[in-house]
Amino acid sequence: MTGFALRRTLQSVVVLLGVSVAVFALVHLVDGDPVRLALGTRFDQATYDALRERSGLDQPLAVQYAQWISSAVTGDLGVSFRSGDPVTVLILERLPATLSLAGASILVALLIALPLGTVSALRPRSLLDGLGTVVSQVGISVPEFWMGIMLILLFAGTLGWFPASGYVPLSEDPAGWARSLVLPAVTTGLVSGSVLTRFTRSSVLEALGAEHVRTARAKGLGPRAVLNWHVLRNALLPLVTVTGVQLAYLLSGVVVVEIVFAWPGLGQLALQAVQARDYPVLQGAVLLFAFVFLLLNLVVDLLYTKLDPRISA
Amino acid sequence: MSAAGTAAGSAAGAAGAVRVRPPRGRFTSALRLLLSSPRTLFALVVVVGVVLLALLDEQVAPTGYNEVDVAQRLLAPGADHWFGTDDLGRDVLSRVVLGAAVSLQVGAVAVGFSLVCGVTAGLLAGYYGRWLDTVLMRLMDVLFAFPAMLLAIAVIAVLGPGTTNAMIAIGLTYTPVFARVTRAAVLGVKESVYVRASRSVGASDARLLLRHVLPNAAPPIIVQTSVSLAFAVLAEAALSFVGLGTQPPAPSWGRMLSEGRGHLEDAWWMAVFPGLAIVLLVLAFNLLGDGLRDVLDPQQRSALEAARSRSRRARRRGGRS
Repeated sequence: MTGFALRRTLQSVVVLLGVSVAVFALVHLVDGDPVRLALGTRFDQATYDALRERSGLDQPLAVQYAQWISSAVTGDLGVSFRSGDPVTVLILERLPATLSLAGASILVALLIALPLGTVSALRPRSLLDGLGTVVSQVGISVPEFWMGIMLILLFAGTLGWFPASGYVPLSEDPAGWARSLVLPAVTTGLVSGSVLTRFTRSSVLEALGAEHVRTARAKGLGPRAVLNWHVLRNALLPLVTVTGVQLAYLLSGVVVVEIVFAWPGLGQLALQAVQARDYPVLQGAVLLFAFVFLLLNLVVDLLYTKLDPRISA
Repeated sequence: MSAAGTAAGSAAGAAGAVRVRPPRGRFTSALRLLLSSPRTLFALVVVVGVVLLALLDEQVAPTGYNEVDVAQRLLAPGADHWFGTDDLGRDVLSRVVLGAAVSLQVGAVAVGFSLVCGVTAGLLAGYYGRWLDTVLMRLMDVLFAFPAMLLAIAVIAVLGPGTTNAMIAIGLTYTPVFARVTRAAVLGVKESVYVRASRSVGASDARLLLRHVLPNAAPPIIVQTSVSLAFAVLAEAALSFVGLGTQPPAPSWGRMLSEGRGHLEDAWWMAVFPGLAIVLLVLAFNLLGDGLRDVLDPQQRSALEAARSRSRRARRRGGRS
């Protein structure tokens, strides 16, 4: 491992520690007794005491944090205030739905961005380029949940091609899984695709202007060979990293889209936890999201030095 | 400068034939360049229009935001109700117009919050460096480590739902962006000659920061403000959509969308019009940000000016022939 990689990883670990303190503090910043808030008005003293003891809330803060973080590292995120189920189990149940959605969305985004961005860059200031710019500009400005509603209105309502909401597990019915995935994935994919289109365009434009491209043309290579071997190979390099960052941002956008499509993922879990004041579940979900977000950013940074030897130092 | 300008002007007047163009200020020329782009002009018109709507609100809206009339429920768009009515018989157009104030207010306060906190943190971190830099920026890294929407939701889980808390949650989410942008800009100017010169004649840190460092670090911060306004409007709509932001019956675009979601089959207009309002305002802030970036970034700007003067020359040549 190089010095850069080591430093970068260490930095992520420090930030992750900070994140864990912030997530831990979540419960303690709440005005009032979180257990009482979660239980509502009707409860008996025995349930209350049991839950309080189980969640360790009668211990001093430092002890609580130490206990919480050491069990979190081993995968034990406590138990839900509401159902009494382990938070880890609840999260693992929801994970496949969110992962399917995020993966399919990034696929849609790339399918839009790569061709559109490349063509726009090859014909700058053309009609197609102008159209691409307008589409991506609007795409960035559209709220994902509204896009979702409009797609439901058109493709589930009027045309009836896809189900309006709901998730079919892959293991139960692969065809149904794919059909249920289309509308939510297109919703988030269109927005991410807009960002990636702009990026692909500028990246390809930059590569087109490079000296070695001029050399390749001068030595008589055909336009297709120049594009494939000299332009795209260089232009797609930074795109790998931006796609990684976009994947991280997708996690954020997914929260609201899951609500629109009644998608039983992590975002929905987090939101239900807020509404039910189920703090351990919220803590678990937020911690996991932040961890994945940090991890993706770290991987992207490390990958970048691997892909572009000029950066590693 | 103005005295010299007048002197030059009167001298020119005396000479008669010689026309002296008064030196144009940096601000006016930037503004002129900004307005010369049709896209930015469109963005400015939309933003000014929405601000006017928000200021005039009840004077321009056909009805109040919560005038329930069950006899008029779910009417399609028509002459009486341009945008139709919702499930409680309220006029959708009025609620969209009155929702503008909510969106703008949340956007402005939230971005104001991140601007003040983020710029202060960035200035201090960039200027003083050392341990203060490390502590402040690691703190910002922690805030930045959460996906934006999730951080806002977590903050609201602590503070409780509502418009004010949504402003705080959104403001907190975008603070690290301002801190990073400001810090980078400060690092770029703090060792420049004029700052060192000012320091050498004994200017205080506060004076240096506010008079010399901040104004020169301002362009990226201004651009970031416009882009963040777009994000903040989106975030408010999203939070209200999931029930954590503005509470009913207040007219929030996001809230209206979530109410419209239940009536997709029988009343598409309930979801379409508030959504269009969000897209228009967010698009305007994004385009304004792009326009400002083009004008305020010296590299972009000289390219822009060169292109303009080329086309002007071409026009003149075309006119002569």
